[in-house]
Order: sequence, then C-alpha cells, then structure tokens
Amino acid sequence: MSHSFDEISQQLKRRHRKSARLKWISMGALGLAGLFLVLFFADMLSKGLPAFQQAYINAEVRYTEEASRDGRQAFDQDLIPLISRTVVRVIPLQLRNNPEMIGTSEQRWMLATSEVDQYLKGHRNRLSDEEKAEIDERVAAGQVDLRFNKTFFGSGDSKIAENAGILSAVVGTIMTMIVTLLISFPIGVMTAIYLEEFAPDNRFTQLIEININNLAAIPSILFGLLGLAIFINFFGVPRSSPLAGGMTLALMTLPVIIIATRTALRSVPDSIRHAAFGVGCSRWQVVRDHVLPLAMPGIMTGSIIGLAQAMGETAPLIIVGMVAFIPDVSASFTQAATVMPAQIFTWSGEPEQAFVEKTAGGILVLLSVLISLNAFAVVLRKKFERRW
Amino acid sequence: MNSQAPVMNQQHAPDVGQPYTRNEQACHDLSIRVRDLNLWYGKSQALKGLNIDLFQKNVTALIGPSGCGKSTFLRCLNRMNDLIPSVHIEGLVEMDGQDVNAGKMDEVALRRRVGMVFQKPNPFPKSIYENIAYAPRMHDLVSRKADQDELVEKALRDAGLWNEVKDKLQEPGTSLSGGQQQRLCIARAIAVQPDVILMDEPTSALDPISTATIEDLMDKLKEQFTIVTVTHNMQQAARVADYTAFFHLGEIIEYNDTKVMFSTPAQKKTEDYISGRYG
Repeated sequence: MSHSFDEISQQLKRRHRKSARLKWISMGALGLAGLFLVLFFADMLSKGLPAFQQAYINAEVRYTEEASRDGRQAFDQDLIPLISRTVVRVIPLQLRNNPEMIGTSEQRWMLATSEVDQYLKGHRNRLSDEEKAEIDERVAAGQVDLRFNKTFFGSGDSKIAENAGILSAVVGTIMTMIVTLLISFPIGVMTAIYLEEFAPDNRFTQLIEININNLAAIPSILFGLLGLAIFINFFGVPRSSPLAGGMTLALMTLPVIIIATRTALRSVPDSIRHAAFGVGCSRWQVVRDHVLPLAMPGIMTGSIIGLAQAMGETAPLIIVGMVAFIPDVSASFTQAATVMPAQIFTWSGEPEQAFVEKTAGGILVLLSVLISLNAFAVVLRKKFERRW
Repeated sequence: MNSQAPVMNQQHAPDVGQPYTRNEQACHDLSIRVRDLNLWYGKSQALKGLNIDLFQKNVTALIGPSGCGKSTFLRCLNRMNDLIPSVHIEGLVEMDGQDVNAGKMDEVALRRRVGMVFQKPNPFPKSIYENIAYAPRMHDLVSRKADQDELVEKALRDAGLWNEVKDKLQEPGTSLSGGQQQRLCIARAIAVQPDVILMDEPTSALDPISTATIEDLMDKLKEQFTIVTVTHNMQQAARVADYTAFFHLGEIIEYNDTKVMFSTPAQKKTEDYISGRYG
C-alpha cells in the first residue's frame, strides 16, 4: 500500500519537531557550559589581573646616620605606615654594606603597604581617614601610583602581602615537573611498548592492563600517601623536596602516559609492521625504526597532557609536604620547595584581603601555563601528523 | 611416493613426453620444498597436508577461491604467520636444505632471503631513498654512502622505477601513485638481494595499466629471483606464471605447468574454477 506525500509529511512533522526540540536542549546545555566558563574566567580575570599591579610611593629617602640604625629615620614620619616594612627593613643593611651612601638622599619609588594597594584598587582596607587623605593628596601629586608588580613575578612567598610572589612556586613546579617527566616518560613509554608490541596476549597481561586502567582512575591523594610511605619514610627522600613531589606525581602520570602511548602505538597501521618484518627487521627494529617514529606525536601529546594534569595537582603534594612556606627559590632537587597549586592553596587560606588577589593572580599564572602547554600539545600533533 | 623427488601434480604426474614449452631448460632447480604442511588457526585447520616444490627463477602462481589458504601458505614461506599468536604449524618447509620452522632457524635470517610484497602498497613513511636503503643498511650489505647510492639506483632500475623517481629521491614514498608505490615496495624487497620474492596479490589494489607494468616486471625479475605470487586473477596467472597451483579448502588440488593447467586441467574442480564456474 502506498502513501501520499501529504500522509508522510503529516507523520514526519512530529518527528521533525522532536529532533528540533532535542537540538534546542543540547544547544542549551552547551550554552550553559559556555556561560559557566565565561563566568569563571571573568571572575578570575577581574580578581587576578589587579594582582599584576602594585601600589608604589615616590618619596625622598634620607640616608642619615640614624637611618643606618633604624630604617624608619630615613622617611617622613607620616609616610612610615604607608611604606612596606620590607623597604624600611633593608635600609640599615644597605647602608652598612655601602657606607659611602651615608649623608646622601634620593627620590625613589618604593613598595607601599598592601593596605595602600587595596585602597587604591577600591578594596576593603584598614587605613584611617587621615591616612586615606594623605594618600589622596599624594596621588593627586603623582607620588603614589599603581605600577607593574615586579615583586609578584620576581620573588618567593612572604607573610607580608605586598612582598609575596610566585617565583619560588614557579621554579618549584618546573623542578618537580622535570623529575616527573624524567621518571614517568621513559618508564611509561617502555611499559606501553612492551605491552603493545612484545607481550603475549594472555591472562597475566590482561590483568596488568586492567590494573593500569584502574590506576588512572585512583584519587590522587592516595598517590600522595603512597609517596609519603615509600619515597619519604622508606627510601628517605627529603620531605617537601621536588624529588619527593616529582616521584609521587610520576606515579600518578605513569598510567596516563602508558594509556596514551598504547593508543598511539595501536593507531600505527599493521601494514607498516608487516613491511618492516618483511624486509627482515627484528621486533625491536620494527618498533624503533618504524612504529615509534609514527607514534611519537601521539605519545608526546599524551605525555604533555598527563604532565599538565600533574602540574595542576595539589592533594598528593600536600601529603608529601610541598605546601610548606618557601620564601626562597630552592636551589636543588632535594631542598624544600613548593609548587604553584600548593602556593595558591596556601594564599587562599591567608586572612588578609591582599592575598585574595594574589590567589586569583596565581591561578591566572597557573592557567596560562596549562593552556600554553595544551596548546603546545595541539601544535605538536598538527605539526607531526602524517599520512601513510 | 618418494618424498625426495620433486612433487609435481601429485595425483597425476605430468606426461614426460608432453613438451614444456617455454621453461624447459630453466625449470627444475628446486628452491623451496614443502612436505605435509598443516596449519591451524586456533582449532580450525587452514592448510591440510600440502606437498609442493617451488622452482628457482620461475614464477609460481597460487590461485583459488577466497579463503582457500593460498595467502596463508605464502606466509608460511617467510614465517609471517609467526606474528599471529594462535597459529600452529606442522610439517616441513625446506629451503637450501634447512627446515625454516626449525628452532635454530632465525626468522629474521629467513626473511632476509625470502622477501615479500603485500597486497596493498605499504612503503615506509620515509623518503623514497630511505625506503630502499633502510634494509640493506640494517643487514650490513652496504657501509659506504657511495655503495648505498649505487644499490638504491640498481634496485630502482630493476623495479623499473628509476626514471620516474630519480629526481625526487628525497620525497616521501607515500607521495607516489599506487602502482609506483607497489614498484617501490618491489624495489625495497629486491634491494636486500633475496632468493625468493613472495607477492600477495600484488596488483589487486592497482589499475589495469599499473597491473600490466607489474606483470612485465615479474617477467623480468624471474631472471634473478624465484617469485611466488598469489592472485585472484586467472588471466594474470596465465600470463605471468610458469607454474600454477590451484588451492581449494586448504588443499592443493592441482599443481602443474601453467600452460598445461589452463589448457588441459587434470581435475574437474580445477577446470570448473578456471572456467569461472565458481570462485
């Protein structure tokens, strides 16, 4: 029995309505996800960007005999509450090291306290009305200004808000990531090569495979406990050190790299392997000369993404002690260090208002590093993508 | 049957008086001897008691319907079946007086003497030059750069590809056309100077003109190499092969001089197949 077009369209209308409805629902979901992302970034940017600027005061510094004993003597008394303690504190030291400066004076830009900074940025602060008036006056005279915050990028953590910076955490992160990469990349890639290219397919290898997949799904804090128990307590690796943190994160990154590498190896067509076996390659030559070069872009992308994941990890590092207060950039892999997410965590717990923007600023730095890493992974994949 | 004697048309020994038209003088140097070869994929038997002798500097074609075991048999000759974990092999495949399946035979050494060309052209994703030079360098056949250049040129000339690629040796092998890629794969196989070249349906992915080129090439190459080729194309077997073996359900039904086989097949099954009644 045949149907006319009218009958068919009648029935089709209902189906078209249904798919249109589904389309709108999914677009709504996408829009909502996008909205959350925009809100998150807007919030972070509005809170974090001010952290890249800091209040500075331009005033006369008098390097007198008294100032070499008490730094406060170098300034006008009404300025003392406005200038950062760190500036005042170093003056006697500076004069002791350079006695020829005594008796001179100069006009220079100095770090203001975080209260001044917060006042200028319109945030909550603890300044008195007289101090506020004083600042307003100096702002009008061009002697107080917001300038690029060199301290934030150029120094380590500090309990004095205006003096706190992210450098020691950045260096700590780099050192930790070096350890993580050096351990997890070779071990992960070789494990994957064995499982994919050499191992027989039997119960034992299947068991290993299941366990590796499970390992990738384990809460990261457990890796921290493992790192604490094995690396620190058993092997005596120094606590809080990039070595301990890096080894712990390597455990966490290992399954990610193994899985990524196996996927990359599997995507190399068998025809290439057959061709190589056909000209008399040994198994290792097949892998080294033919399969691995083709799988490399995939392996690299997977590893970079695994590394980026490890870089943002906080929980296991808290357990191995990398949330310590680290004012100085650590010089070796066995010295105490901190990492960016741990630094952000520490700052978020500080009561002072000025640390709120430090926290957001730290997040911005971490995010931009992560985004650039991921972008690098994408570029790498695009660049080495090959047809065969 | 005396297992030492060359096996030729097991059921019906060829009439001695019958003229071997074009390979009378070349035909009887033994290259590979196969006796009672059985092969199982897991529990299913794919090859059933094969006996066949492959002759040097001849083209032997393996024909038969899909799934008859001809490709499986071909892969027994350079032990490519080793790569499939569930495969179990019994019987003798003898080359140069040695059992290729014996424990002391290194499959790498075997593949050095028995090269292979695959159904789909599979050049390495490297330059044309590297495609040829890689294997000889790996086998230490060449050490000096000049020798290597010479060998690459010779292999490409033998494969009839030199004039087409001599100006773009550094371009990727995958940039060539399908037929050129297949000749590149042949050049790659002959560059290590093997005794035998196995070809697994080498022209099935190619257009008719490229196919004709490869067929001409096979005719030339048999002056230097023993060629065993699997083909689905009966005309191709008739054109290029000196000997033809007809496979059916894992058995060799008939093996004979190609001309004899195609003019007066001894078996009913062979006749049905080559006349296109099934396949």
